[in-house]
Amino acid sequence: MSAVYKFKPYNVGRWVIWSSFALVLVFAPLVFTSNLSTTMLAQMGIAIIACLSYNMLLGQGGMLSFGHAVYTGLGSYMAIHALNAVSGGKLHIPVSLLPIVGGLAGMGFAILLGWVTTRKSGTPFAMITLGVAELVFAMSLMFSEFFGGEAGVSGNRVTGEAFFGITYAQQIQVYYLIAIYTFVCVALMYAFTQTPLGRILNAVRDNPERVEFIGYNTQRVRYTAFIISGFFAGIAGGLGALNFEIVTAEVVGAARSGAYLLFTFLGGATFFFGPIIGGVLMIIAFVLLSELTKAWLLYLGLIFLFMVMYAPGGIASLIMMNLRVAKFGKLRQLWTTYLALGVTAIVMLAGAGAMIEMVYHLQLNSALGDTVKFMGASLNARGLDSWFGSAFVMLTGLGLFEVTRRQFARDWGEIQTEIEKEIKRRETAV
Amino acid sequence: MEFFIISMLNGLSYGLLLFMLSSGLTLIFSMMGVLNFAHASFYMVGAYFGHTLSGWIGFWPALFVAPILVGACGAIFERVTLRKVHPFGHVPELLVTFGLSYVIVELIQLVWGRSAVEFPPPEILRSSAFTLINHSVDGLSFVWGAAPAEACTAADASVRLICSPFPATRGFMMLVAVLMLVSLWLLLTRTRIGLVIQAALTHPEMVEALGHNVPRVFMLVFGAGTGLAGLAGVIGGSTFVTEPAMAATVGSVIFVVVVVGGMGSLSGAFLASLLIGLIQTFAVAIDYSFLTLAKDMGWALSAATQENSFAKLTLSQIAPILPFLFLVLILIFRPKGLLGTREG
Amino acid sequence: MSYALELKNLRKNFGKTEIIRGVDLAVEAGERVAVIGPNGAGKSTLFNLISGRFGPTSGEILLNGQRIDHKTPYEINRMGLSRSFQITNIFPKLSVFENLRCAVLWSLGYKYTFFKFLSGLKDANERTDELLEMIRLDKKRDVLAMNLTYAEQRALEIGVTIAGGSDVILLDEPTAGMSKSETSRFIQLIKEVTVGKTLLTVEHDMGVVFGLADKIAVVVYGEVIAYDTPELVRANAKVQEAYLGSPVADGQAGGH
Repeated sequence: MSAVYKFKPYNVGRWVIWSSFALVLVFAPLVFTSNLSTTMLAQMGIAIIACLSYNMLLGQGGMLSFGHAVYTGLGSYMAIHALNAVSGGKLHIPVSLLPIVGGLAGMGFAILLGWVTTRKSGTPFAMITLGVAELVFAMSLMFSEFFGGEAGVSGNRVTGEAFFGITYAQQIQVYYLIAIYTFVCVALMYAFTQTPLGRILNAVRDNPERVEFIGYNTQRVRYTAFIISGFFAGIAGGLGALNFEIVTAEVVGAARSGAYLLFTFLGGATFFFGPIIGGVLMIIAFVLLSELTKAWLLYLGLIFLFMVMYAPGGIASLIMMNLRVAKFGKLRQLWTTYLALGVTAIVMLAGAGAMIEMVYHLQLNSALGDTVKFMGASLNARGLDSWFGSAFVMLTGLGLFEVTRRQFARDWGEIQTEIEKEIKRRETAV
Repeated sequence: MEFFIISMLNGLSYGLLLFMLSSGLTLIFSMMGVLNFAHASFYMVGAYFGHTLSGWIGFWPALFVAPILVGACGAIFERVTLRKVHPFGHVPELLVTFGLSYVIVELIQLVWGRSAVEFPPPEILRSSAFTLINHSVDGLSFVWGAAPAEACTAADASVRLICSPFPATRGFMMLVAVLMLVSLWLLLTRTRIGLVIQAALTHPEMVEALGHNVPRVFMLVFGAGTGLAGLAGVIGGSTFVTEPAMAATVGSVIFVVVVVGGMGSLSGAFLASLLIGLIQTFAVAIDYSFLTLAKDMGWALSAATQENSFAKLTLSQIAPILPFLFLVLILIFRPKGLLGTREG
Repeated sequence: MSYALELKNLRKNFGKTEIIRGVDLAVEAGERVAVIGPNGAGKSTLFNLISGRFGPTSGEILLNGQRIDHKTPYEINRMGLSRSFQITNIFPKLSVFENLRCAVLWSLGYKYTFFKFLSGLKDANERTDELLEMIRLDKKRDVLAMNLTYAEQRALEIGVTIAGGSDVILLDEPTAGMSKSETSRFIQLIKEVTVGKTLLTVEHDMGVVFGLADKIAVVVYGEVIAYDTPELVRANAKVQEAYLGSPVADGQAGGH
């Protein structure tokens, strides 16, 4: 399950895909109308741009960065300072163009810091990005004029001249601004993958040494890609500044960088659309999942571990692999196994989740009594029977899941062999 | 003068603690090519295990048991997770340890809560190892243990008396670190398993072809490396504070240490650890800024310069960023690191 | 006269060990030279030195009269020298077509462009299609390089090497690991794709060497002990001694 597939879609023209994407962007807030939804959709747009810019490094260039938040964050800071300058009458740029200021800032810092960062590759590169990120974060606590100290820097986006009557007083207007930027940035970043530099960047990812022998300076390739990625990261940051109207030091923090890494990987670094899925999931996790349970970071970490071990191509690759199976007409053979996998997984997770929630309850809320509500059942956090019950459920689920997983692996393997035979047959028949 | 000596010793002890951590990290990296992102997390686990165990069986037994438990956890992780990811390459290995660091922090908060826990050092280490007394008339003198109160208060106003204690915990830290360093060196150079490890450092396939169970050696080394981190954790946790954020604070510094020292070089890690330990300790204690320097030198500065926040920054305020600044400088002027051989 | 490739008193030490111990060689443009010698003689090291993978300890390397020692691999490649690798060194996750196209981009001047689409680069796409046919992988145009058979990957390796149109080509054991029939087909391929170029190949198969080469350079223990036409090398006493240990009659020399 670890090979990378190049998948040619069924004859769906690229116009259909891009138009559908545009339509989704336009109509989403009309389908999900609550305030919460609009806020989330706006944040998703920003996250999509940020994760795609991150994947330019990770998935396309093979560069694992632990400090991407530096570029989105510094873009945010520059944008909010520019916003305040517009409010103060010192700068005459329409508010709608401020994200580009963020982009230029991100690009500028990438030019400055990227030269040192891209001198190495692989693991040392990752460590350097970590060090630079820590440097910037530590500096943010020191220089309060630029970084605003503990309170951060706030701004007011309802300022300057209204653009065709749009003042950005309402969240929905901000959403559509973000949607436009999202569409344009996604299109530009996709276009990048179809250019000579984009392809050579892939070659650098696959075999950096060989690239030198076909005439390219590997470091220059990486540095240029780093700068372009920094530009788009800065745009995401600028949009964030407009959206929240406040920028605090956490935007350059390690947690933010870690989130980009986690969710881009989760969405899938090996396909272009993977980070789009990742960005959407990131907002859902941060906004919704964190409300649902205190243990959400733990679950996230475990899911991430699971993905690295069993599905390193992320959700995108899972989708594509199943699409390939479907294309060869073999998906229906798997649906019973998928069902069994799903059910046993839910049983196992229910048991584990119950135990984790009970522990958290004991930790944090013991003043409120011992009862924990979990999936509709009332559990007694101090009762032995609740604990035994949950443990039993989890272990049974685990056992059944493992059995089902092995069966699934066998089935999947068989199907892959059949598909490969079919491909060979088609190739030689040509 | 005594300030210098005490700070020097403090810096050395902190540097040696950093080395306890970075040596395990370097060993694992050299052996397996994996940079264990969760290494500082195992440090934290050691501190927490130490805290709980010393509550049950006392500090000294805990000092031995906790690192073994941590090492066992590390070995299990290697066997169950890392080994599975090994064929995918170095990036997935790094990612898996990255994920582990998240999971460990959350599990620790799950079990022990989000605030710091009490992990006091044992009775014998609670006071000072020695005290330096600076008497303005009698000069510098040295007293074992804590100086009695009378020795530290001036008899009359004309005499200035400063007592600078050196904590026993710090001294103990240095002792353990040096012992660990020596045993590690002896193990690697004088024993058979050490020989195998040294060989597997550069030629794992060949060593496997010679009949050694390299996966088992990997598991051992990973367990040993994390066990060392756990040992550092027991000591660090009892000397400083044991809290969920302790992994993050020390984690980034040890990565700087291994890159600055040169990835894969134990002696480089040693040198870098000491350097960074000293720099940080001294910087935190020095309140000099550009402005005070100018004042001392008798330079006249314009009003604007005097208001500049850069100029007002004291060395102690920029102490947190010094390791990272050092990292950037090294990368510009000497990218291989101080004593680096392997390119990583 | 200006040589295509010239090595002057080339030396390379790794630590205290001398691997290349004073090599002098002068290859004329258009010549096909086979580099032979026992294992460990330093043949691959020579190639690494020439192509810039690492620099010599002392001595000079000249490409068309210009110094290339201590230059980076990409600088040397841009000056007209390309090499292949003994262990296949292609781009596994790119298709055959993409592999070749990457290799032609610089030579056609596209450099670090990111504002032109690959699909619109007519000259690059046409040249890539030409190359595909030359190395006979046109049926595998869109197959990922890592899914090719071994022989196909070796062919792709050659393709990537010649794609940039370099005049001096270094092939490091191109037929390594191939069967007899694959080898002879492959040698035919090499002959076709390197017409008019200066070729140096490291080879072990003597049949190949005698069929392909104008000149043979015999490398033993870090030195070139003979550099002559095949017949003269075959008769060379030093070569016979190096391979067989003692001087023997003419007919037995050169066999493996």
